[in-house]
Amino acid sequence: MQFPESWIHGLAGGLLIGLGSIIALAVTGKVPGISGIVARLLKPSPGDIAWRGLFLVGLLAGAAITVTCYEPAKLFSIPVGRTLPVYAIAGLLVGFGTRLGGGCTSGHGVCGIGAGARDSIIATITFMAAGMLTVLMWKMIS
Amino acid sequence: MRTLLLLLSGALFGTGLAISGMINPQRVIGFLDVSGAWDPSLAFVMGGALSVFALGLILLKKRGRGFFNCKLPDLSPDPISKRLVVGSALFGVGWGLGGLCPGPALANLSLLRPAAITFTASMLVGMLLVQRLCKVD
Repeated sequence: MQFPESWIHGLAGGLLIGLGSIIALAVTGKVPGISGIVARLLKPSPGDIAWRGLFLVGLLAGAAITVTCYEPAKLFSIPVGRTLPVYAIAGLLVGFGTRLGGGCTSGHGVCGIGAGARDSIIATITFMAAGMLTVLMWKMIS
Repeated sequence: MRTLLLLLSGALFGTGLAISGMINPQRVIGFLDVSGAWDPSLAFVMGGALSVFALGLILLKKRGRGFFNCKLPDLSPDPISKRLVVGSALFGVGWGLGGLCPGPALANLSLLRPAAITFTASMLVGMLLVQRLCKVD
């Protein structure tokens, strides 16, 4: 059986995301969820800034280099109707919601579930269900 | 050495995001669109990532310490709270609207894509707001 290329890319990318996450945890002793890494830079405490900055610099550079050098990573398209004001609202909800809920796809979805934490499983089910409902409603009204 | 490892871990994460296709909003929406031609790629990304993370965590726990003798984090679950559920639901709505979550937004920011610039700027505002209003960090 032939698997679609997007599944293989997904799995390969996922393995690298997991590897990056566990190395960051081993080096810092912190749970490296992206929303937390960013949010705590906005509310910095001494001795806790450098690792967050370094990780994010690595993330931005890694993504930019990969997209430049690897053809399949160039794929980027925004589904119709999702204008910049929609992105402004989306970003606000994501910033607010991830911090209120204590994590995003990486903090809860990867690290939390990877650690077998029940709260992270509930959070992940909740944001996936809310995301699916939102997409469904978007399709109904547009 | 510590600096290099931190840069490397971020770079692995960013490379993984780019390879996985998750920096493409269309792909993410395709996963969330259960009533259309469902695209399961995101499940492979999460499955792959959390397996490596879980395996690494088991090894680290056996070792008892992280690298450079650092203490391992407390990964015991918090109680299920209203905040957890409401926050995650709000996040999910934003995720479904734009097809971006924080990691992919930053990855796209490195390519100066307008949707990602807009999204990230208002994400930071959302984070500052919740820090002020709800006393979270």
